[in-house]
Amino acid sequence: MLINHPLLGLRDSSEFIYMGDAKLMNRPSWRSKNIKSKFIEYGYFRKNPAGIHKELWYHEQGDRSWLVVTRNTVTHEILKVELARNLKRKVNAK
Amino acid sequence: MKYSGFKVLWEGLSGNKGWKPLWRNPSPKKSYDIIIVGGGGHGLATAYYLSNKFNITNIAVVEKGWLGSGNIGKNTTIIRSNYLLPQNQPFYEFSLKLWENLEQELNYNSMVSQRGVLNIFHSDSQRDAFVRRGNAMLMSGADASLLGVDELKKLVPFLDFQNSRFPIKGGLWQQRGGTVRHDAVAWGYAKKADSRGVDIIENCEVTNFLVKNGRCFGVETTKGIIKSKKIGVCVAGSSSEVMGKIGINLPIESHVLQAFVSEGLKPLIPGVITFGAGHFYVSQSNKGGLVFGGDIDGYNSYAQRGNLPVIEDVCEGGVALMPMIGRARLLRAWGGIMDMSMDGSPIIDKTEIKNLYFNGGWCYGGFKATPASGFCYAHLLATGKPHKDAKDFLFNRFEKGRLIDEKGQGNQPNLH
Repeated sequence: MLINHPLLGLRDSSEFIYMGDAKLMNRPSWRSKNIKSKFIEYGYFRKNPAGIHKELWYHEQGDRSWLVVTRNTVTHEILKVELARNLKRKVNAK
Repeated sequence: MKYSGFKVLWEGLSGNKGWKPLWRNPSPKKSYDIIIVGGGGHGLATAYYLSNKFNITNIAVVEKGWLGSGNIGKNTTIIRSNYLLPQNQPFYEFSLKLWENLEQELNYNSMVSQRGVLNIFHSDSQRDAFVRRGNAMLMSGADASLLGVDELKKLVPFLDFQNSRFPIKGGLWQQRGGTVRHDAVAWGYAKKADSRGVDIIENCEVTNFLVKNGRCFGVETTKGIIKSKKIGVCVAGSSSEVMGKIGINLPIESHVLQAFVSEGLKPLIPGVITFGAGHFYVSQSNKGGLVFGGDIDGYNSYAQRGNLPVIEDVCEGGVALMPMIGRARLLRAWGGIMDMSMDGSPIIDKTEIKNLYFNGGWCYGGFKATPASGFCYAHLLATGKPHKDAKDFLFNRFEKGRLIDEKGQGNQPNLH
């Protein structure tokens, strides 16, 4: 698979480390209610769809940026690649 | 139909006209006592043990494709019981004991061949870890022995003992491990379950579960509604997709694992050999092809095919361990979908919905577990209580902090 890195262009997926479901960016606050069940959900449970999946890839053998890749898990087709930090900034700005 | 030497002789003399299909092709009844969703190895084993050991025969196995069309038909066929943790090892030893009697029990030749499993180690610290593992195996009643370099040179002289990066220091040997003809396992279980009246319904996809007041009472399928007192899901690889139909989230990611076979060669490799410094294991099939594999590709996938980097990595591992196979040609490569769980261990448990049961999360170790998985799942379905050797394979271990993490990698499925 080739990942179209927003800064570096097409890079081989073997340069990256895969970290799974992009929901891991949204760590629950330690002060929120039902904290135990939220962290169990955050740590151990995944949607795992056959189809479109948003996931984290870390460019370890490159510029060490975190990417959010939107990929089809049935065909391996990559639909969208974004810098995780840009997404996080957008969320924080809201 | 009963197989015997006499039957083979008789059919040979009478024109082979007496052979019959191994199972019927029934239409679903309106209702059953138990429905097993998934007609793969584990599902058929469950149906067999339910009907033959727990005397529940009003059972249907519903399968989306054809019987045994999933991972039971595309694995690397290895059986062994060389685990470390006390929650795992007795279960896999139970499984190995069931394998040893399987062919007589099923009256079906599944070619169980206890040709031995050898795990190579390459450093002193790895030797310590393997000694500990061997002791854990012995304590569960399994067999294990530690082989030194001299013994290995007699057993497997073709290894690269002098490899300067990963010199071979010895190996952990389990003589009772080996290989099995994988498809025949599914066929044998299907034959015997069918003979007790189990309906095996192929090309019948479950599209939804019938749930009322938190109780499951049947399934909607492409062949209509089928009601049942209990429903057991057993669809490893697609677990999240199937359980997602009723909104149950699982501690599982689906990953692709590739396997490979070379051209046919003369008898060469005595048992199963695993490389201790990379991702490579190999055995030789009865047809002569080297059957080998390595790690999962490492990203969520339902594609049933992998990519080139892992093929290269596995072949490099193979050539590092036994340089002679560098000249064998790779004939085929294929991929299967694994339920990779968050701690690398399986789940056999009830769900939050009454009468709905779940068996999955086998990672890439499901084949060797087939008989014990079937037996323990049948035990749970029949009695409502977990079998003593599978009592820790529960959903709540994640919230209780009782993870069964054989590799100590934490909640990252692609590292297990």
